[in-house]
Amino acid sequence: MEITTRQLKRVDVVTVSGRVDSAAAPRLEEALKAIVDANRFRICLDLKDLEYISSAGIKVLISFLKTCKRWNRGDLRLANMSPYITEVFDLAGLTSLFQLYPSIVDAVGSF
Amino acid sequence: MSKRWELTVDGHCENLATIADFVTEAAQAWGLNEKATFEVQMAVDEACTNIIEHGYRGERRGKITLCCECADDDFVVTIRDNGQPFDPEAIPPPDLTCRLAERPCGGLGLYFMRQLMDEVRFHFDAEGNELTMIKKIS
Repeated sequence: MEITTRQLKRVDVVTVSGRVDSAAAPRLEEALKAIVDANRFRICLDLKDLEYISSAGIKVLISFLKTCKRWNRGDLRLANMSPYITEVFDLAGLTSLFQLYPSIVDAVGSF
Repeated sequence: MSKRWELTVDGHCENLATIADFVTEAAQAWGLNEKATFEVQMAVDEACTNIIEHGYRGERRGKITLCCECADDDFVVTIRDNGQPFDPEAIPPPDLTCRLAERPCGGLGLYFMRQLMDEVRFHFDAEGNELTMIKKIS
């Protein structure tokens, strides 16, 4: 798994690629924690090159979705999710909790 | 025609990528399509994560042996370990309808395994634990 973060004026963009299994999930958690610890709660995840995310990675995303949305201070929005991963999110009833966007430009522009 | 693929690794999260590669290669060799291959490797990843985290209660406490075989129109994955047995029926399915605030972050692993595979069977005895998961090919 590779993670890069980019701070824009109003939004932080986190690009996650490769596999997010339970070995990699703690690093995703660290990257998101660094952003919310800086009191920044508007986060877009670019998942264009994400090959796989397990329940361990999904657990991190749900946890930070809750953190970001608390007191209406922000949101964690997802862009470029592959069809198979979208199907997994559907199975878990998560496509109604997360806002999904077809591109990172759309996701950033939605804030 | 039948063929077996077998792999034994230490129960360690760093080995999950090796396990995924092994299962993907076996599934592709047998002609599973891309979607079915993705689903099988996810179910196996979730199963092995549960073994490491709950069965062995930590990393490097025991081995995991995987076997992939094809029988008729079934792609069969068998996973053996010697961790703590558990009662799969005692694990409730997640509530997928509750509001975000009430939604637990975890508890999806076994649910995904059952959703992604056509059959999931657990067997626990003195010899160890055996999980059999079947994906119908046709």
